[in-house]
Formats: sequence, C-alpha cells, structure tokens
Amino acid sequence: MKRNKNRPPITLLPMALWTTVFVAVPLVYVLGLSFMKKAATWGVVAEFSLDSYKNLLNPVYLKVFAQSFWVAILTTVFALLIGYPFAYFTAKLPKKHRSLVLMLMLVPFWTNSLVRIYGWMILLRSQGVINGLLMQFGVIDKPLKLLYTFGAVLVGMVYALLPFMVLAIYNSVCKVDWSLVEASRDLGAGRAKAFFTVTLPLTMPGVMAGCVLVFIPSVGLFFISDLLGGAKTMLLGNLIKNELLSAKNWPMGAALSIAMMAVTLLVIRLYQHFSRDQNLEGLL
Amino acid sequence: MRKKRTFLPETYVVLMLLLMYLPIFVVVAYSFNDTKLFHWAGFTFSWYQKLFHNQTIINAFFNSLKLAVLSSGLAAILGTMGAVGMAGRTFFGKGALEGLSTVPIMIPEIILGMAYLSFFSLLQVPFGMLTLVAAHTTFCVPYIFINVKASLQSLDPALGEAALDLGASRRRVFFDITAPLIFPSILSGSLLAFAMSMDDVVISFFVTGPETATLPLQVYSMLKMGVTPEINALCTVMLGTVFLLVAGARLFQSARKAKKGR
Repeated sequence: MKRNKNRPPITLLPMALWTTVFVAVPLVYVLGLSFMKKAATWGVVAEFSLDSYKNLLNPVYLKVFAQSFWVAILTTVFALLIGYPFAYFTAKLPKKHRSLVLMLMLVPFWTNSLVRIYGWMILLRSQGVINGLLMQFGVIDKPLKLLYTFGAVLVGMVYALLPFMVLAIYNSVCKVDWSLVEASRDLGAGRAKAFFTVTLPLTMPGVMAGCVLVFIPSVGLFFISDLLGGAKTMLLGNLIKNELLSAKNWPMGAALSIAMMAVTLLVIRLYQHFSRDQNLEGLL
Repeated sequence: MRKKRTFLPETYVVLMLLLMYLPIFVVVAYSFNDTKLFHWAGFTFSWYQKLFHNQTIINAFFNSLKLAVLSSGLAAILGTMGAVGMAGRTFFGKGALEGLSTVPIMIPEIILGMAYLSFFSLLQVPFGMLTLVAAHTTFCVPYIFINVKASLQSLDPALGEAALDLGASRRRVFFDITAPLIFPSILSGSLLAFAMSMDDVVISFFVTGPETATLPLQVYSMLKMGVTPEINALCTVMLGTVFLLVAGARLFQSARKAKKGR
C-alpha cells in the first residue's frame, strides 16, 4: 500500500490544533485588541480605533523605545565582543577540555536566571562585595552607586544572554575548514589578516545567529531591568507590563506588543536576507 | 615555522568562566552567613532550617515541579507526534505549520505572556494551574519538535524500508525502529523544555493565579520586596540540584560510552 505523501497525516492533528489555539488565535486577538478602545473603568470597548497606535508616537513612549533598543544593541555588541573570543578559543582547545568548558558555561545557564541576577545584586549594591573590596583597599572612600544604574542592567543582560552568543559562534567555529586559514597563512597573510579575511567571514553565520538570539530576548526581559535598574531604566518589556497590570490599558499594551513583534520580524527578515538561512536553522 | 606558544586563550577562557561563576559563588557564600547584613559574621545553617520550614516556598517548589512535569510531558507527546507526522512529506501548509510551531521561542516571551493574559481573560478561564500548563506547554513544544525533527532527518530511511520489505506493518516499523532511534532526541528535548519551564518568569508572571505562584515567581516577589537570606539558601539548593543533575547525566553518558567500548 502506498501512502499519500501529499496529505497531512492524522498524527499531526494534535500539534496543529494546539498551535492554532494557543499561538495563532491569541496573537490574532492581540492584533485585534490593539485596534480597540480602552473602557473608562476596566476592560476594552470593541470599537475600531487607532488611538493606541497614535499614542506610540507620544514622546514618553518613544523614549522607552529608544532606550530599549539602545540597551538591546549594547547588550548584543558586548555579548559579541566578549563571546566571540570565548567561543573561538574554546573551539580550539583540545577535545576533552572543550566539552568541559562548554558544560561549565551551560550549568549556570541551566540554573534559575533569577538566582544569577540576585548574585549580581549582592555584588553591586552599595554595601555589597565590590564596594566593600574597593573601600577595604582604599580605592574609594564612599561606596559607588553600582546597583540600580543603567550599567547594572547592561551587566545583567549581557550575563544572562551570553551563552546564546557563545553557542552560536562556537558551532560555526567548529565547522571552519582550517586548511583555508592555513592556505592564507602560507600565501603570506599575517595572523590578523588571515583572521579578518578568512576566519571571520567563515564564522559570520554564527555571529549573525548569535546577534539575533541575543537581541530579540533582550527587548522583553523586564525582570532584569526591574531588579538591577530599579524603576529608572524603563524598557519596552517593563512598559508593556505596566500598561497591562498598572494602567490596565490593554489596547496600549497590545499595540506595544505588536510594535515589538514588528521589530522582531524585521530582525529575523534581515537575518534571513544576510545569512541566506531561509529556514532559520541557525537560530534553532 | 615554530608556533609561539602563548597562554592567552586559556587564560581568557578560565577568567571568563570565573566571572560567570562569580555571582553564583557569592550567593552560595552568603547563604552560610550568620547575619542579615552584608559583612561576614560567621558560619551558620540557620537559613536552611528556615527555608525548609517555609511553607510558601515549599508550595511554590511543588507548583513548579508539577507544572514542569505536566507541560514538558504534554509537549513531548505533541511535539513528537508533530515531527513524526511531518517527516518525509510535503503538503499544503507544512511550512506555515512549522513556522507557527516555532513562533513561541522566536518572539520575545512577553508578547506571548500578554497575549495569554488577554486571551484567557476574554474566555474567562480562571488563572491558575490550567492556564500555566497551557502556556508552558506551548513554549515547550518547539524544543521537542525541533530536536525530534533534526533526529528524524538524520535517520537512515533504509532501516525503515528494510523492515517494511520484510513484512512489518507501519505501526511496527515506528515502534520497533523509529521510536528507539529518536528516543534520545525526545529525551533531550524534553529535558531542555523541563528546564525552561522550571526557569520561566516572564510568561508565568502573566498567567499565574492567586494560589499557584511558581518558584521563580516566588523568588521574584521576595527579591522585589526586600532581601531575606533564605533566598540565598534557596538559590544554593537550586544550584546544587542542577549541578548534581548535570554531573549525574555526564557520569551516565560516560558509563554508556565505556559500555559500548567507544
């Protein structure tokens, strides 16, 4: 009996139903919600309105957008600058050390992300470890304000997302055909030149995938900026949370989510275009 | 040409690892500190005693465990069936379904959280374990689906064909040949999904009910309200568990490798 290869099989049904009900429908509902009006007291009025989208252009919101993207860009750049050498050096270690290093890097990643953020809170606060040490050695005589600053948020973000960058780059460094690099060296390229003209372009897919994997979540992780930035560093994630839970303005929260999704899709499209990875295999 | 040997790469890797562990070491050290303040005041186990008598934390832990088991289990079934169903076929909407099923881990979590908050409110589903399981299962499915899909792609189709030629039914081919071969990928996908569910803050934050605080949510609210050293103890216990699990998994793996004679 020959089965029909062009018909979706019945085993697919549960997943298809699940993703329709719990992914497609809620997201479409958010889209619809973003075009509705906020009710005077609670909930929404099912009436078409562009108010929420007009509101997006309000300078208060624009400022949050700008700050969010600035944090996301800085997080991505620092994760790349720190993560690339780490991934590269790890990939060139002897094989048994390689898997040990990767495991050591992933263990904190598997533990609760709040635990790790909390560790930074202890380190950074004014009576914390770093200030204590600096004062002990007489570098400073008053504690520096480290916690609840923009820098603290950045440290937390880079720290939380670095493994994504490292893994993506590591995978692509492992795939490099080193004979190409040797060839360029034989032909007289210096170490730096060989790296920038051969190795780096060969590992570009990993770099791009890593940047996307760091950039996208960094726009939405509200708890890191909440805990390390105090209330001062307002990011898009915090804003959406506040619109939903404090201001109870759901259409606004929905419009902000749609805007965030649009940016995400744009980033993914750019990635598809530049890495020629249509199926997003590098990201999964 | 003789290569100049520098230890720069190794030094960098070791330094970065130390930096990654720094916040963790601090948490562990403070969990044994005999004061609520930040100077070192001697060794104590008292925070652990307090922790194990804190019913709120214990309840939160069991909520999390139940949630992670239910949702990674349910997702394992959905994701595996989906990946198996899709393998080797082309049909209308396949690409769309594949894309849609990976959306939950592609978009920032907060979008899904906000979508569920509004969607479940619309349907008037009471927030609690039910909404948590629905939300967690949704973001667990992609981890298993992707893992199993990749493993099916690397499978040698000749194995199944041989069994078919020898008269096995499709069902038998699946359970005797395919299932054992893809089992490791189902397991590793489910473990990853389990870990993600245990760790999730953002989505749970939006879909939790008044009586179903998960462990991460409990820690989050404790951190927001002010620090109690019990958190240090709790964090140390959580870290210890993960270390034991990872070490156990590695021992298990190397034991299996040794048995196979490599």
